[in-house]
Amino acid sequence: MSGARLLVSALRDPASVRDGDWNALIAAARAEQLIGSLAFRLEGQKLPPKLEAILNAARRDANQQRVQALWEAEMTRRALAPLDIPMILLKGNAFHAAGFGASVGRSVGDLDILVPRESLVSVETALIGAGWERMKDADGYDDLYYRQWMHELPPLIHRTRDRMIDVHHTILPTTARPTPDAGALIADSLLLENGLRVLSPPDMIVHAAAHLFADGDLAGGLRNLWDIDRLLREFAVDPGFWPRLAERARLHQLSRPVALALRLAARLYGTPVDPSLADRGRLTDRFFEARLLARNSWGQPVRPALRFAFYVRSHWLRMPPLMLARHLWVKAKS
Amino acid sequence: MKHSLSLQIGPVAFRIGSTWAAPLDALARLYAGYPEPDRICDFTVRLEPESPWRRWVRPSVAIHGDYVLPDAAPMSLAHGLLAAEMGMNLQMALGQKHYLLLHAASVEKGGRALILTGESGAGKSTLAALLGERGWRLMGDEFALLDLDDGRLRAFPRAVSLKNGAIRVMEREVAAERFGPRLDGTPKGSIRHLRPNPRALEAMAEPARPALILFPRFGEATAVRPVGQAEVFMRLTQASTNYVSLGGAGFDALTKLVDACPSAAMDYPDTDSAVELVETLWEQAA
Repeated sequence: MSGARLLVSALRDPASVRDGDWNALIAAARAEQLIGSLAFRLEGQKLPPKLEAILNAARRDANQQRVQALWEAEMTRRALAPLDIPMILLKGNAFHAAGFGASVGRSVGDLDILVPRESLVSVETALIGAGWERMKDADGYDDLYYRQWMHELPPLIHRTRDRMIDVHHTILPTTARPTPDAGALIADSLLLENGLRVLSPPDMIVHAAAHLFADGDLAGGLRNLWDIDRLLREFAVDPGFWPRLAERARLHQLSRPVALALRLAARLYGTPVDPSLADRGRLTDRFFEARLLARNSWGQPVRPALRFAFYVRSHWLRMPPLMLARHLWVKAKS
Repeated sequence: MKHSLSLQIGPVAFRIGSTWAAPLDALARLYAGYPEPDRICDFTVRLEPESPWRRWVRPSVAIHGDYVLPDAAPMSLAHGLLAAEMGMNLQMALGQKHYLLLHAASVEKGGRALILTGESGAGKSTLAALLGERGWRLMGDEFALLDLDDGRLRAFPRAVSLKNGAIRVMEREVAAERFGPRLDGTPKGSIRHLRPNPRALEAMAEPARPALILFPRFGEATAVRPVGQAEVFMRLTQASTNYVSLGGAGFDALTKLVDACPSAAMDYPDTDSAVELVETLWEQAA
């Protein structure tokens, strides 16, 4: 079995793991940044002592990552507090701050936040005043590209804590065809007891689906899909959740990526989903599944042609054809 | 992967895969006599071409694995053995979470460990290798592993990496069969690996209680200076690759180590006076 396939079945059904190719499972889990999630998922199973020790260290590391992620969120909240604007945590940081099941063992790298577009300049100034620094060449093509076309500022990095922050003003590049309603994302966000803000549950799913299937080349996709699985299982306890998800997906023009996310989560992780939202499966679903599982027992990426096709697709989704041509021209010259 | 090999070094097992046979053949020769590795490995290392055609045309070895440095430059296939060593070191530096990892050499006598730490070129590898041939047990020349729960040091006796002038010092001391091939023109100059002696390999699973921390510096007149606890602590945080990521557990382990161990900085002009100086300081600490 491929490494990714082993990983998916261990996450889906921990009781099914048998004495097998443990090295492949570990390599795939690390490559997909799911080792912490796997370690908690397999807690309590009867496993060889050596594997138990490796997973124990992974659990300890995941707990420390949680502490660091929450600290980074709090430091950012303090830096932006004088602006008196809503600052919404996105992705892993949001799961940790809200204490969702999706945060158990979840690795966190950068801090992603969403702020109103009109506050971007003051947010950037406040962050730079509080110790963050620009990474990219301040007026090069990349910087210009970010500012003109992307849904986020060029990344900033903190001088002493060495942690990156991505400041978003919406959840898809402005050049992408769907236009999510950023104002509605902010208006419906939830204030947590710890003073931090996260997206509403349906918007959280819409964002995860947009990130996975309407932007990017599916790198790290198994982790994003695992987030979706965990979140859906938690949110769907509320019977009103599915109709609200349908409504928000429509509002943000992202019904198709959401349906695709639901189908693939059900296929790979056995997530219970509302069939009317998931829609009928399409022939192309198989390509997405194959791309998500393209990793072997050594943790190596496999199926280069398929990966390249998804890489091309990511650019196609992000830019109109003329703009893509110009982008590739500039990148080829540099 | 086409070729593969597993190695057990102290408490850590590595699975190493390679597109080419040569690096693993060299590795197997160098690590002859090491114990049978655990079936479940802590880390996977991959030696593979940077791009498909580079397997044949001017072959270059990219160092990949569970943990990867994004901008690491590939190496020439002639230095494949070094690439394998660097691959294992990289996994330790980026992925080790069981132990507080100190960039330090260590040797043991009577169940008690001496830790030698300092910047690259301070001579800790050479000094530890030499002590390992003169009555001490070599625990490791590169990484010292501090157990987060019981505060004891675990051995990590990989092949000693001798650089430039140190190669000749050890060639005078040790039989030729324990050396790997001489690698010239590497990013770090000339390198030759040395397999630790049978005693170091037989006892590699035995931990030791840390008893003395020394900061050696090669190339100065003989001198010994005390180092305050706060400075020892700061220097060891800088010598650790995972101190920050271990959080509170790393802080506790390091505080206990610094509290329990006397320490000193020592300058030395040549290796014989260094060995003598270490023995004197060790007796004083006992």
